[in-house]
Amino acid sequence: MILVLFAIVVWVLGWWLNSRLASGPYADTRLVRFLAPFIFGVTIIVIWELLVRGLEVSLVILPAPSVIAVRFANSLPILWEDFVQTIIKGAFSGYIIGCFAAFLMAIAVDRWDFLRLGLLPVGNFVAALPIVGTAPILVMWFGFDWHSKAAVVVVMVFFPMLVNTVAGLREATAMQRDLMETYAATYWQSFLKLRLPAAMPFIFNGLKISTTLALIGAIVAEFFGSPTLGMGFRISTSVGQLSLDMVWAEIVVAALAGTAFYGLVAMIEKAVTFWHPSQRG
Amino acid sequence: MMSDGFKAIWAVLTVLAVIVVLWYAACIPMNIKGVLTEQERAGAEVQPTSAKDRRDMSEFGLVLNNSFAIPATWEQDRPRLPAPHQVAIEIWETTVQKKITSKRSLIYHGWVTLSATMLGFVIGTGLGILLAVGIVHSRVMDLSVMPWAIVSQTIPIIALAPMIIVVLYSVGIQGIIPKAVISAYLSFFPVVVGMVKGLRSPDAMQLDLLRTYSASRSQGFWKLRLPASMPYLFTSLKIGIAASLVGAIVGELPTGAVAGLGARLLAGSYYGQTVQIWSALFAAAILAACLVGLLGLVERTVLKRMGMAQ
Repeated sequence: MILVLFAIVVWVLGWWLNSRLASGPYADTRLVRFLAPFIFGVTIIVIWELLVRGLEVSLVILPAPSVIAVRFANSLPILWEDFVQTIIKGAFSGYIIGCFAAFLMAIAVDRWDFLRLGLLPVGNFVAALPIVGTAPILVMWFGFDWHSKAAVVVVMVFFPMLVNTVAGLREATAMQRDLMETYAATYWQSFLKLRLPAAMPFIFNGLKISTTLALIGAIVAEFFGSPTLGMGFRISTSVGQLSLDMVWAEIVVAALAGTAFYGLVAMIEKAVTFWHPSQRG
Repeated sequence: MMSDGFKAIWAVLTVLAVIVVLWYAACIPMNIKGVLTEQERAGAEVQPTSAKDRRDMSEFGLVLNNSFAIPATWEQDRPRLPAPHQVAIEIWETTVQKKITSKRSLIYHGWVTLSATMLGFVIGTGLGILLAVGIVHSRVMDLSVMPWAIVSQTIPIIALAPMIIVVLYSVGIQGIIPKAVISAYLSFFPVVVGMVKGLRSPDAMQLDLLRTYSASRSQGFWKLRLPASMPYLFTSLKIGIAASLVGAIVGELPTGAVAGLGARLLAGSYYGQTVQIWSALFAAAILAACLVGLLGLVERTVLKRMGMAQ
């Protein structure tokens, strides 16, 4: 019971600290913008630990953060193998193939108006569908190993990427296109020097949406069959053995991988589209 | 205008026709090996005659040597790639020709998934809007919770799904609730992020105007912020309902659920019933399209009544 009371104290303390920070004179500084969510996160984890121990929740059903951390530290080799299998082999290769294919398709769609009229509504429609459902089919075609996961990822990232890139390639204004015309620029010159740079913010938007989709596709596809490693495989088998600390450890890996992947793309975006208003200042 | 619309429809129909033609064409090499084995058993003359030679040959070579077998690639019982009409017939037979209460009716399975999706979507959206209101009105919540809501968008949180099912099952909750929980948290975060953006969309000029009217905070909320957020709300609702449906389907996978579209997918992949997988997939796609389309319709009506439609 003491631990539960202690948890309430921690909650009040964390909240008080954050409200002081938020209403204090430094509320708009970078430090506070980082510190406030950090304090919130730490508070949640501490309360989780205290409540699980204080209310004597079975550690099998809801492992305390400390248990998860120990499990994480003890199974680093397994986690690394799963990470390589699912993220590097499955998600990355699928992401690169899918985004590249969608990019090439977008150039064709942009060039021929008929394709744009016909394919874009279909693409928009497909982008809203539950595409993870194709996983069992693709696992059947490409086998249990990472190739089938990459295929699922390709299908998942293709349409969001296509729709975004096509929207981006139409971003240059008529005035700018006319200017290129007066320079007697060829199609490819105008494409490389005007329309592609102008499309970059949209392309990166598609790339960023696709990072999360790629991880979802690679993990969920493993629920339909995989070799005896991989994050989705580990999650579904560990759930079956009720070793939920392992599941949480995999989820931590997934969260770190997802944030890092997204952060990487966002960093490249910052370097490429430094001229865009959203990146300045 | 008229001819533009006509041209667009014609273009979409052409693309769809090309997809169907490519699909039929793809069935030939995909299914040819299985078909030839069946044909040989039935006593047909197959080139080359030994199964081992056939295994080493490319699919296209086999098709060229045995062009008589092409129609059969569209009629197999368990093809690697079922032809469009096979899927269409399966969908027709399992929707219109089966009683809704039958375990083999797609409408029954679709309903199981749809009810979990809707329950989760309503809960997730409701909580999401509440949190967004809190974030917009409280500086502390904005600083401490909002970054996590944004980060959550980059994480495959669907990976939590199997655990939620098992944990809730172990405390005695099963059936629709665990799937709804997954649907709820998947639709929750997009709605929070979109709604915060929407509630903040009124510009300084409009907020100042309300101040000159000496409007209270709640008046400002009901008369300016909430109406201004509607376009953002609908955009995130459409994302949210698609995510909810995926959540409900994935929620049916890990426990070996007996009902629902996800269960159909899984059962189909266990027993190699490809036609069943494809028909479940199309049922899920139709369901998603209907849900998103319905929201689009509501969006158009609401925005029109509010005078916000373009």
